[in-house]
Amino acid sequence: MSVTGETPQMSWRDWLLTDTPASRRHARAASFYKGWLRFRTNSLAMVGLGILVLLLLIAAFAPWLAPHDPIAQDLGKRLLPLGTPGHLLGTDSLGRDILSRLIFGARVTLYIVVLVALVAPIVGLLMGTIAGYAGGWTDTVLMRITDIFLAFPRLVLALAFVAALGAGIENAVLAISLTAWPPYARIARAETLTIRNSDYISAVRLQGARPMRIITRHIWPLCISSLIVRVTLDMAGIILAAAGLGFLGLGAQPPMPEWGAMISDGRRFILDHWWVATMPGLAIFVVSLGFNLLGDGLRDVLDPKAEK
Amino acid sequence: MTELLDVQNLRVTFPTNQGLFEAVRGVSFKLGRERLGIVGESGSGKSMTGRAILRLIRKPGAVAADHIKLDGEDLLPMTEKQMRAVRGKRISMVMQDPKFSLNPVMRVGEQIMEAYRLHSRATKSEARRRALEMLEAVSIRDPERVFRAYPHELSGGMGQRIMIAMMLIPNPELLIADEPTSALDVSVQGQVLNIMDKLVRERGMGLIFISHDLNLVAQFCDRVLIMYAGRVVETCEAGRLHEARHPYTRGLLNSMPRIDTPKDRLEVLKRDPAWREAPSVGPDESREVTA
Amino acid sequence: MSAALSFRDLKVWFGEGRDHVMAVKGATFEVARGESFGLVGESGSGKSTIMRALTGLAPDWSGEMAVDSRPVPQGPKRDAAFYKKVQMVFQDPYASLHPRHSIDQVLSETLKLHGYTDIERRIEKLLSDVGLGPAFRFRYPHQLSGGQRQRVAIARALAPEPEILLLDEPTSALDVSVQAEILNLLSDLRSEHDLTFLMVSHNLSVVAHMCSQSAVMQQGEIVELLTTEDLRRHAARHPYTQRLLRAAEGYVRDEDAAGGAEAVA
Repeated sequence: MSVTGETPQMSWRDWLLTDTPASRRHARAASFYKGWLRFRTNSLAMVGLGILVLLLLIAAFAPWLAPHDPIAQDLGKRLLPLGTPGHLLGTDSLGRDILSRLIFGARVTLYIVVLVALVAPIVGLLMGTIAGYAGGWTDTVLMRITDIFLAFPRLVLALAFVAALGAGIENAVLAISLTAWPPYARIARAETLTIRNSDYISAVRLQGARPMRIITRHIWPLCISSLIVRVTLDMAGIILAAAGLGFLGLGAQPPMPEWGAMISDGRRFILDHWWVATMPGLAIFVVSLGFNLLGDGLRDVLDPKAEK
Repeated sequence: MTELLDVQNLRVTFPTNQGLFEAVRGVSFKLGRERLGIVGESGSGKSMTGRAILRLIRKPGAVAADHIKLDGEDLLPMTEKQMRAVRGKRISMVMQDPKFSLNPVMRVGEQIMEAYRLHSRATKSEARRRALEMLEAVSIRDPERVFRAYPHELSGGMGQRIMIAMMLIPNPELLIADEPTSALDVSVQGQVLNIMDKLVRERGMGLIFISHDLNLVAQFCDRVLIMYAGRVVETCEAGRLHEARHPYTRGLLNSMPRIDTPKDRLEVLKRDPAWREAPSVGPDESREVTA
Repeated sequence: MSAALSFRDLKVWFGEGRDHVMAVKGATFEVARGESFGLVGESGSGKSTIMRALTGLAPDWSGEMAVDSRPVPQGPKRDAAFYKKVQMVFQDPYASLHPRHSIDQVLSETLKLHGYTDIERRIEKLLSDVGLGPAFRFRYPHQLSGGQRQRVAIARALAPEPEILLLDEPTSALDVSVQAEILNLLSDLRSEHDLTFLMVSHNLSVVAHMCSQSAVMQQGEIVELLTTEDLRRHAARHPYTQRLLRAAEGYVRDEDAAGGAEAVA
């Protein structure tokens, strides 16, 4: 921020843009920085990134940002409209401050998103790359399992899982993950099939590398970028699925301030007190949009085919 | 003036993180109804020159020049719409690999017909007749069968002949061939070149033949431009390429292994940074050399 | 004296049933230790397939293959000793290096796979052997030119200190001036490390320059075995070899075409 920062900043930039990195760390930093430069040119993606950084900050500082306790009820102040002093976004049917609930809800949303984003793509990646690389029977068996999962509508399958496992946010996450991995397996397999016969894979095979090593060290790094892109684009759907489960009362349990459950609560008053359902709906919309924009931008940066 | 094409001070630039990259730096040449070869190594700007003439450089790349005149008419100020009328109809381009230039889900015949009907208001049956004629002209033995075939059913040599047929059917004045035979086996190469040569000659077209293969260009073309780092370092009559004077050209010629003269070590080209900076050889100087 | 490589009635095929393609139809030849042997032919002649069968990349074959008189087993698997002895350089240096791995990663992984521990020292040695300075070590393939990439690919093949190097069109994707550098490098490495070369190429001049003996292949069959002296004297017996030799001389304009060509400029 200071003026004196100018000179070292220039040399940092040169250091990062060099074509002759001097160490492993330098090389990694340089390629990361070049990706960032490319990403930065996409202004919509920057908007998406901004939304998500904001979400992250809100979740991190929720207790300080929220004007009220998100679960404190005050039946005397129920269903206050927008702009009420002290309750900027009004209150819900139990007199809880909607803004505070949205702010704390960001934590729940992030929690769901992070867990699903960790579980589903990794399971998919493992299934897809093994199927694609091994081929033959392994491929047939793994892919038919994938097909069985794909044959059910996601929410219905998630409902079945939650019904079996019991309602609650962890089980909702598990259910969503279990229904979200098959598309990733498909993508990973398709990528693997094109990579499998390339010369650089043949070259490591000729060094005597074992299949698992080839899959994890050589095939995964190339599949991961397209998966990251796909995951960010799917994030909106995952948030909506979590909200859907919450809406049906099978996700987050009251009084946890989950956005989907909040919409569900507000549904009863939607005609007279529209904001109760609309505010969490808007929050879901904005965050989903953020992920979609980010995903689009990441695709431009990470897609290895776009690199020359 | 009898010049078919007159390019003056052509520049192609691309913005990068490190500033502006100049792929072509002030190339000038004139072309009559002859076969002009442009040779150079990868990155010399030879393909960019060919594409720039048709203004086919994709954004954010930019083309600049004093003028690019086709029959005295400057192509530079033309709108994209006017350019579309020039491309294909007056200047055609054959690319390196037919696999990427032919539409894989369309029959070969339909593609040729489309190329023809795009620029002339011919009826379907007329276009079909012309397409079959053209297939015959590129020495395809069974034009009816090939007409109905999909690109993947054809060999590389066949595909490239079809590309040539497609590019020549609107009877352009100038054909730009960018490495048209590099993806082909040597024995097929000769055939394709013969066909191209015959058609260009019969129709009185100009030909710009872009290649990395010095020997091929020396034998196939009338005149040669040698490009290095976006500039023309030398131009000479093709038959006298082996008398070329520029150290770069000499280096390229000497670095090739030859069957009849064994050598222990091949000569390695030593690049002189001065070649990069020397100004392009213009069209007028070239005349001096050819005279 | 035993041959470094020997092939007896090698047949290699791809696919089954309707898609069955016989890529190599009974090839027999030997490569002596320290020799440089060329396989010449056009695309689809099966010349690269022989190498791929030897290294296990083309698993369906019959006949006999032996490295130093040790028979090569069927199927895709080879033991560690095989990979230590036989290494391969691929045709296209743009396709044979992992796009996300730096040169350092490529070489250190290879060295680790072969069980070396003094990796630092060996990487530096390999890079200097192929004429790349230490400045190249942490670059990614997209930061290198075609010739530099091929040097890295050669360094990778040299890492296990092999005795036999299989070269699959090592210069066909490169410019002629770079080709000269790579061919010189290969000749130097061959004399320094006492390597045996089996080289595939469609370019007769390259084979004549590099090899002392070659086999000409057409549609999966070896049509002629000849020495480089024969090649230079154009003493080929088979019509296909003669045609290749003529084509290698360059383009010859059709008789009727030569007349009307006149420059207008």
